[in-house]
Amino acid sequence: MLVESLAVLVLAGFVGFAVISKVPNTLHTPLMSGTNAIHGIVLLGGLIVLGLGAEGVLNKILLVIAIAFGTINVVGGFLVTDRMLGMFKEKPKQDAAKEDGK
Amino acid sequence: MTTFIAVLYIISFSLFIYGLMGLTGPRTAVRGNWIAATGMGIAVVATLLLPGMGNWWLIALGIVLGTVIGVPAARKVKMTAMPQMVALFNGVGGGAVALIAWVEFRTTEGFQDEPLYVAIASLFAAIIGSVSFWGSNIAFGKLQELIPGKPITIGKLQQPLNVVVLLAAVACAIVIASGGSSQWLIIGVLVAAALIGVMVVLPIGGADMPVVISLLNALTGLSAAAMGLALDNTALIVAGMIVGASGSILTNLMAKAMNRSIPAIVAGGFGGGSAAAVGSGGGEDRPVRSTSAGDAAIQMAYASKVMVVPGYGMAVAQAQHAVREMADLLESKGIEVLYAIHPVAGRMPGHMNVLLAEADVGYESLKEMDESNSQFPQTDVALVIGANDVTNPAAQSDPNSPIYGMPILHVNASRSVIVLKRSMSSGFAGIDNALFYDPKTAMLFGDAKSSVAGIVEELKAL
Repeated sequence: MLVESLAVLVLAGFVGFAVISKVPNTLHTPLMSGTNAIHGIVLLGGLIVLGLGAEGVLNKILLVIAIAFGTINVVGGFLVTDRMLGMFKEKPKQDAAKEDGK
Repeated sequence: MTTFIAVLYIISFSLFIYGLMGLTGPRTAVRGNWIAATGMGIAVVATLLLPGMGNWWLIALGIVLGTVIGVPAARKVKMTAMPQMVALFNGVGGGAVALIAWVEFRTTEGFQDEPLYVAIASLFAAIIGSVSFWGSNIAFGKLQELIPGKPITIGKLQQPLNVVVLLAAVACAIVIASGGSSQWLIIGVLVAAALIGVMVVLPIGGADMPVVISLLNALTGLSAAAMGLALDNTALIVAGMIVGASGSILTNLMAKAMNRSIPAIVAGGFGGGSAAAVGSGGGEDRPVRSTSAGDAAIQMAYASKVMVVPGYGMAVAQAQHAVREMADLLESKGIEVLYAIHPVAGRMPGHMNVLLAEADVGYESLKEMDESNSQFPQTDVALVIGANDVTNPAAQSDPNSPIYGMPILHVNASRSVIVLKRSMSSGFAGIDNALFYDPKTAMLFGDAKSSVAGIVEELKAL
C-alpha cells in the first residue's frame, strides 16, 4: 500500500512538473491561484476524518473548521482564478460577451 | 462501491491535470479552470459516497460556512489586492491540513496502532501545514499593510533561533513517532511550526513577498500530499503533489527573474540594512530633469511608437484605467502603443497583465521582457509608470549593486524616457536608479493617476 502510494506520489510530481513548465509568464498569477484552489483538496481529508466517525466535541469543532477552511480554499480559489482569467479575453470577444450580457 | 469511488477519483485528478493543461494558454484558460473545478466537485461527491459516512449536519455546516465566507471574499476583492487574497486562501488550506493532522493524532491516541509511515506523514503535514498557515497570514498582513512591509528582524539571533525552533518541532515529532502520546507533544509541534512560519516571513521585505507566497503555496501542496499518504487517499496525493511540483517551479522562476536565491530570501538577507546603505551612497547631488504633463503629452503626440512600462506604483495609484484612456487617445492619432511587462512587475509574475486586462488593455499589446527589449531601440518615448528596480541599468553595469545580474527592461535604449514617480525615493530594493539621471530622461513627479489624467487632458486639448 505504501509503495503504491509513493509511486503515485512520485509520478504525480513529474506530471505537475511537465504540465506546468509550459505556462507563459502572463498566466503565472492565474496559475498560482488555480493550483492554490486545487490544494484545497485537503477538504477531502476533513470530510473523511469527520464523516467516518470522529468522536468528541473538540475533534468535531476542529474538523468543522478544517472543512470550512478547505471549502474557502476551493471555492474562493476557483472563483478568483475565474475572475482573473475573465480579464484576459481578447478585445473583440470581450465586447461580444458584454453585449450578450446586456 | 470502493472501486466506483476509486474510479471517480481517477476521473477527478485527470480533470485536474487536463484543466491545468488548459491554464497554459490564454484561450483555453477559463475553460481549464472550470474543468479543474469540476474535478474538485467530483472528488468531493466521491468522498461523500464512502461507505459509513456520517456526521452529515456537521459536514454541511463546515461547507456552508466555507462557502459563505469564501464566495463574497473572492467576488469583492480588488485586482490589486489579489496577491494577498491568494496568500489568505493558501493559508486556510495549510490550516486545514494542520487541524486534520491534529485530530488524527487525537483520535488515534498519538498514532498508537498506526503504521510508522502514517505517523511520519501526518506529522510532516502538521508541521508544514502550520508553517504555511501562519506564514501566509503574515504575508497577507504585510501586503495588506497591516504589518509594516519592511523586514522585521531581531538581529543576528534570528537565524539560530529559527533553527532552534525548527529542531524543537522536529524533536516533538520524533517523540510522537516513537510512541509518545501526550497532547502537549502535538501542540508543541503545531506551536513551534507556527513560530517558524511567523519568524521566517516577518524578516522578508515586500519585494520578495511573491516568491514567499509561491513557496508557501508549494508547501501547502506538499502537506496535502503527505495527508493523502496518511489517509491513503489517491486524490489527495495526486492533487497535492501536482501543486507541490508546480509551486516549486513557479517559485524558482520568480526567484530567477529577481536574481535571488530561494535560500537567501528565506534567510531574509535582502532589503535590510546593508542594501539600503549601498543605495543612499550614490548620486544624490546629480541633476534631474523634470517635466510637465503638457510637455509629456506633446512629446508622445509626436512620437510614432510609445512603450508604457508599468510597475507596482501604477497599480497602487489605480492608474491603469487612466493609462488605457491615454493609450486610446494616442492610438487614435495613429501612434503605436505597447506595454513592456517585466516578469516580476507588480507583486507576482503576471500580476501586471491581470491589472491591465482589468482596464481592457488588449492581450496582444502586452509584450514580455525579451520582446520589449528588442523593441526599445525603435521606441520614441518610453513611459515608465511607477516602476523602478526593473528599469535600473545598474543591474547590468555595476557589479557592486545588490541587484547586479537581474534581468531588466532596457528602457534607456529608447530615444527618450519619461518617468512618472511620486518622488525621488528608491524602489523596493532600496537602491538608487541611474536611469533617472540619464540626459534622455525627464521626470514627471506626482501621483501616477493624476499625472496620467493630466496627460490625458493635455492630449485632448492638442
